[in-house]
Amino acid sequence: MLTIKNLHASIEGNEILRGINLEIKPGEIHAIMGPNGSGKSTLASVLAGREEYEVTDGEVIFQGKDLLEMAPEERAREGVFLAFQYPVEIPGVSTTNFLRTAVNQVREHRGLEALDAVKFLSVMKEKMKLVEIDQKLMSRSLNEGFSGGEKKRNEIFQMAMLEPKLSILDETDSGLDIDALKIVSNGVNKLKTSETATIVVTHYQRLLDYIVPDFVHVLYKGQIVKSGSKELALELEEKGYDWIKEEVESASV
Amino acid sequence: MTTLINNKIADQILAKHGTLENFRELRDKGVDIIQTEGLPVLKEEEYKFTAITKKLEQSIKNFGPARPVGLNKELLNKHLFEGFDGDLIVFDNGNFSQELSKLSGQDYSLVSLDQAQSENFGKIAKMEKDPFTALNSATFGNGVSIHVGKNKQISKPIFILFFNKANDGEVISTRVFIQVEDNSEVTFLENTVSLDDAPYFANAVTEIKVAQNAHVHYSRLQDESRKAIVVNNFETDIHRDATFTSSLVSLSGDMVRNNLSLNLLDSGCEGNMYGLYLLNGKTHVDNHTNVDHTKPHSESNELYKGILADHSRGVFNGKIFVRQDAQKTNAFQQNNNILLSEDATVNTKPQLEIWADDVKCSHGCTTGQLDEEALFYLQARGLGKEQARALLLYAFAGEVLEKISNEQFRNFVTEKVEERLGGSY
Ligand SMILES: Nc1ncnc2c1ncn2[C@@H]1O[C@H](COP(=O)(O)OP(=O)(O)OP(=O)(O)O)[C@@H](O)[C@H]1O
Ligand SMILES: [Mg+2]
Repeated sequence: MLTIKNLHASIEGNEILRGINLEIKPGEIHAIMGPNGSGKSTLASVLAGREEYEVTDGEVIFQGKDLLEMAPEERAREGVFLAFQYPVEIPGVSTTNFLRTAVNQVREHRGLEALDAVKFLSVMKEKMKLVEIDQKLMSRSLNEGFSGGEKKRNEIFQMAMLEPKLSILDETDSGLDIDALKIVSNGVNKLKTSETATIVVTHYQRLLDYIVPDFVHVLYKGQIVKSGSKELALELEEKGYDWIKEEVESASV
Repeated sequence: MTTLINNKIADQILAKHGTLENFRELRDKGVDIIQTEGLPVLKEEEYKFTAITKKLEQSIKNFGPARPVGLNKELLNKHLFEGFDGDLIVFDNGNFSQELSKLSGQDYSLVSLDQAQSENFGKIAKMEKDPFTALNSATFGNGVSIHVGKNKQISKPIFILFFNKANDGEVISTRVFIQVEDNSEVTFLENTVSLDDAPYFANAVTEIKVAQNAHVHYSRLQDESRKAIVVNNFETDIHRDATFTSSLVSLSGDMVRNNLSLNLLDSGCEGNMYGLYLLNGKTHVDNHTNVDHTKPHSESNELYKGILADHSRGVFNGKIFVRQDAQKTNAFQQNNNILLSEDATVNTKPQLEIWADDVKCSHGCTTGQLDEEALFYLQARGLGKEQARALLLYAFAGEVLEKISNEQFRNFVTEKVEERLGGSY
């Protein structure tokens, strides 16, 4: 579904991603872990098409197409979804407000007919239940004054509405209490099919008890320095990252 | 050198308008002020960014009064907005047209200025404050006087529609005088239609008295031709426990200067000023507002927002004056701008003069680009870039649009704004 080959990206002249390789097949869940500042969000942003980042080398193929050629909205319509680590607050624009346009853009792209207001509302109600999100939030300014948990739930709600093929969840679990974490994970799991794939970026192995990964990768200084099964996450939880850093430093000497 | 130009233009205007017989005292005083002060030059602080006199010299050929163009019902109906239900007051090149105005029989009086007897006329808008008020006083033709008596709820809006066109003269001097007495409520709407693209100079003065515990809403749309040069002086006296709310949306024009003054003369007054300037091309819009708190326990709220594209230019100058007596004043002011092009500029300046010590006053201004993070967020959800931009800009503008109290007029203005946001940006 997704093939990343030797991906290099920089911002303001600083190279942040330094040769990422990753292969993701339909139905798989990949966890990406790594210390702060290692480039996890950068990778997520580059995949979603953020223009500030300059891709200097490498390629990304998504469902047979060159992802890096596409504008962010095309990527979304093709089925890439990024749940933001820090969802943006947008005064004056409510979720209901933009989401119908978004959903219909995506549907049009996929050759489906547009949802009318009534149908849209009923789909919305159904998906809202999935993440137990309050109706009132939907008509308020997007993310403005939302609690951390509400913001993250709203991200997963939007994911449910847009029905992506590849979801990238950037620290969707950070700051959530255990109840909210369960709700969000439950939502993600229910949306999962054998046709879709998920990348979860996280610092906490706790999440991986609920969203169980097929692979765990460690990103350090812009490279995937270690990959393994979900046991690797437990090991990281226990031992931290120092041993990995040491491995990397000694290998590079 | 510059003073020469000033007086040259002022002299031409006065000469071409001849001596008008009515309102002699007022007109003489206007002439006096104009002849001693001339029209403003750039050196003057108040007109620092808005070279209106120079603009007049460059664009206006005939400084005589624009003659009535002879409107007809058909034309008029074309410029009513959808769902309009109220009283219509029509101006033909600055002159009140009794025949074309259409009243629904609501309980207030409307007469041409000539017939109005009021000691307030010419006293609310002070000529000493702005030479264009003085100029208007010397030159206005047939204005209108509206009087809403005590305890009247005028439920349908009063819509003033100005038709402007250079016609055997390019100066249009409009004069509106409104008095709303104790405990009454009324909504005014205003729009100006340019009948063609030839340059003209519209110099308007509106004076309003809002008496004790009265409530007045006044919403205006400025969407004149790309060649229109516009100055308007709009001043209100607001008495005890009265509320006055102004909304002003500016979309077009060559050079536009809006002076808006609210005089909060007593306690319990509320003055609200909302403005949106959505500019492109080379349009220049300058909003100078002034709120004067004179007594304790009054409140003013001000929100002006600008979206500027191409080579357009916005000026915002917000004066808040709190006199020593005006303890417990609440005064809030905000000016936010989005620049969509490197060639667009905004000059924004809050001017606070606070002589009382127990007041709540806040002001803030921001000028920036469109929020890139928000844009990316919406794109990442599948919205096209243009669509996302329009949505964000519309949300930004919406905060002002929602202050327009009359629903039909709000929809009309909103549609114009949407058209602009979806189109020429
Ligand atoms: N807009 C930017 N301008 C300059 N540097 C940036 C920018 N965004 C990120 N960086 C830098 O890139 C590096 C990687 O940042 P990134 O956000 O991808 O890390 P991360 O792995 O997601 O960290 P965290 O776990 O804290 O979320 C950091 O050193 C950061 O300072
Ligand atoms: Mg991050």
